[in-house]
Amino acid sequence: MGTENVLVRMDGICKEFPGVKALDNVDFTLRHGEIHAVCGENGAGKSTLIKVLTGVEHNESGKIYLDGVAISPKTPMEAPALGISTVYQEVNLCPNLSVAENIFIGREPIRNGKIDWKEVNKRSEIALAKLNLKLDVSGRLDEYSVAIQQMVAIARALDISAKVLVLDEPTSSLNKIEVANLFRIMRKLKSEGMGIIFITHFLEQVYEISDQITILRNGQLVGQFETAKLDRLQLIAKMIGKDLAEFEKTIKEDVRDAGAAANEDAFYQARNLGQQGSINPFDIKIGKGEVMGLAGLLGSGRTESARVIFGIDEPDSGETEVDNKKVEIKTPADAIRLGFAFCSENRKTEGIVANLTIRENIILALQGKRGMGAYLSHKEQEEIAEKYVKLLNIITPSIEQLVGNLSGGNQQKVLLARWLATEAELLILDEPTRGIDIGAKAEVQKLVLQLAADGKAVLLISSELDEMVRCCSRMAVYKDKQKIGELKGAEISEINVMKTIAGGQK
Amino acid sequence: MESRKKMDKRLIDNQLFWPLFALAVLLVFDFFYLKGFFQIEIVEGHLYGSLIDIVNRATPLMFMSIGMTLVIASGGIDISVGSVLAISGAITAIMIGGDLVFVDGVQHHVAHYPMAVAILVALVAAVVGGLWNGLLIAKLGVNAMVGTLILLVAGRGIAQLIVDGNVITVYYEPFFYIGSGFFLGLPFSIYLVAAFLALIMWLVKKTAFGLFLEALGSNRVSSRFTGLNVQKIMWACYAISGLCAGIAGIIVASEVKSADANNAGLFIELDAILSVVLGGNSMAGGRFSVIGSVIGALVVQTLTTTIYAVGVPPEVTMVVKALVVIVIYLIQSQMGMKTLKTPAASAGEGALKAGEAKS
Ligand SMILES: Nc1ncnc2c1ncn2[C@@H]1O[C@H](COP(=O)(O)OP(=O)(O)OP(=O)(O)O)[C@@H](O)[C@H]1O
Ligand SMILES: [Mg+2]
Repeated sequence: MGTENVLVRMDGICKEFPGVKALDNVDFTLRHGEIHAVCGENGAGKSTLIKVLTGVEHNESGKIYLDGVAISPKTPMEAPALGISTVYQEVNLCPNLSVAENIFIGREPIRNGKIDWKEVNKRSEIALAKLNLKLDVSGRLDEYSVAIQQMVAIARALDISAKVLVLDEPTSSLNKIEVANLFRIMRKLKSEGMGIIFITHFLEQVYEISDQITILRNGQLVGQFETAKLDRLQLIAKMIGKDLAEFEKTIKEDVRDAGAAANEDAFYQARNLGQQGSINPFDIKIGKGEVMGLAGLLGSGRTESARVIFGIDEPDSGETEVDNKKVEIKTPADAIRLGFAFCSENRKTEGIVANLTIRENIILALQGKRGMGAYLSHKEQEEIAEKYVKLLNIITPSIEQLVGNLSGGNQQKVLLARWLATEAELLILDEPTRGIDIGAKAEVQKLVLQLAADGKAVLLISSELDEMVRCCSRMAVYKDKQKIGELKGAEISEINVMKTIAGGQK
Repeated sequence: MESRKKMDKRLIDNQLFWPLFALAVLLVFDFFYLKGFFQIEIVEGHLYGSLIDIVNRATPLMFMSIGMTLVIASGGIDISVGSVLAISGAITAIMIGGDLVFVDGVQHHVAHYPMAVAILVALVAAVVGGLWNGLLIAKLGVNAMVGTLILLVAGRGIAQLIVDGNVITVYYEPFFYIGSGFFLGLPFSIYLVAAFLALIMWLVKKTAFGLFLEALGSNRVSSRFTGLNVQKIMWACYAISGLCAGIAGIIVASEVKSADANNAGLFIELDAILSVVLGGNSMAGGRFSVIGSVIGALVVQTLTTTIYAVGVPPEVTMVVKALVVIVIYLIQSQMGMKTLKTPAASAGEGALKAGEAKS
């Protein structure tokens, strides 16, 4: 391969944040008609690399060339004009605008001096249809789940005709079918000569779609490799510097233990729990020491059930028991007082508080539970924060760093830490490993199983079926806002979940 | 870790640095252009001078800037404070009133109601005003500007009703002590501010209130999901803001020995908001510094005093004030940006940028 056909070249890029060398002399080359994966652990510098390319961050040294011409975008507004279309890791849309407005914001078709809304809606529908998605495009974006929001962001990026498409973890909350749809389009764009940068922590996706892999570690370039010539273990070894096969074995063993440990004592029990319009009444029982899974496709009602259980949406039917005592849960505060924790899938808007420090974020729920008066001393706060930073391996120069400055995966770990710190009896984990790298993911899964082994009740939601199969000892399956069945023990497998969903009412 | 701690300190110092800097610049100007500005005389054991005068005059504004800081930190705003000030002043004046009576041929002033009762009623009314704002904004979800606008308008009407459209003059010596008395050589109202500030600092730093407020102001949804009682915290902010306006109303009434429902506290909400902003606080809510706002209030008062003292024609004082404020604000934000750019402290800017990219 020569220098011909090069679409983007980044040369010796350096970017430093206080206490962090996010990019240290990194080179990167993207060619026409190439899908180029960027791999690395949380905080390796992947997002920073693309933010430098799109003008969100400014490199201290190094040069960027697009089609051989030196560019240095100063603001994220310039990149699309140059032909770079981006889906950022954190969905960067306007939650209070409609889906269609979000897809066309900043480039609305004008007719007779006015925005042609009919055209906007029509073209939005077409853009979404390409992803096999049918939505009411005039509905507000924040009425849809994170996964749909992610799809909308993708639809928007795909609709901007560009030379370079950048996708930073676009599939983190998508399931297999949606990923397949996205990949189909990516292949088509690739055949038309577009260059695509694709960041993900799902290695099977890397192998499925990419031609080249660039690996980063601690802000440094490990190397660029042809996907076909680098096997999975080599890739992992290069990313983290150790062998991952060990990890996976230990997990499998733990699962079996946890499955056996599940006892009959129900910690939480609900009958006929529901909320009109969001989730049809369902029964559920979560035992001490078990990991109960909520499975189902997008919009099936799994997240909605979790929200009703936690009191975010006040249930309008049903009764609940905690430890065999009747209780009423109308607000998250009620639930937390009863020993619940809820780690939301939507870490940006419902999870972290970006302007507060890691320390403050981690103790926030615990302090909320203790109330205003019993303020944890600064020293206690530091101890708790340090403990979880270590436990979850949160990469940061200090616990006084603002959470908004952390990499996506590390933000997710902070959110997880916040709820672990409350030492809850029932942990509701909605996509707890979203955006977390492969090593840390294994650690989190182990942690979940450990919690169950310690007698806690866990309710797990994950769009990654293999994660669910690995961790859950029982699983409720949802479809069309309705619980349609339950699987337990050996019945739990990806095939059986799919069968249950396909079979409808069980 | 050590170096990071230093960084944190620098960031915090930074927020106070610019308000202090603005204050210093104004004072230096006064030093050169106003004769005897820094002179402090001792008359009958009391300290007199322009500096003392500025601090003394700034006390109502300082109170209001404290309350306003909390409200703004919660992501709201309270433009009703001027009217609450008027209500509180009106209640105190009318309840104390004061009659001239002759007892054995000696003049005596007698209050209609005991002064303590009058003050208590005024403060309760002010807090009720704040709670009303809280009801609209925290409970019913009305936009803060609109919600407090209602009391801004209605409140002044209520104040006028209380005094029946008249300017009520107070004849009761002990009452004047609050706004114009001296204690240990300094104006009494300064001690009031200091005590109240200490109380609020305790609330903000020694209880989790400050943390909850910053969380709420930064991300309301997360805060609710984390189990914080978002409504209660907002409600508390508006109530404290009302209380602050109430205290300010009493001080003003005591200082001018009367209550003028039409003019007392007119437009003072703007100065209060200005104090908060000049104190380095963000109007977007979240992180806040009460001390910063109090310094901001001093800046505003120094500016006002300076403009009058320099002899700017009354017709253009407002314009001059506005211009100076714009300059101070621009310097603060521009220079603030630049100092933040030094590696040690660019975290804040990073967050801004990240916000830009994400929103
Ligand atoms: N605005 C910022 N201020 C300070 N540090 C930052 C900022 N943005 C990123 N960093 C740091 O730079 C490093 C690289 O972050 P980056 O977001 O590029 O990681 P990433 O590879 O995308 O990780 P992830 O897989 O978790 O998304 C991290 O250590 C992060 O904490
Ligand atoms: Mg990232």
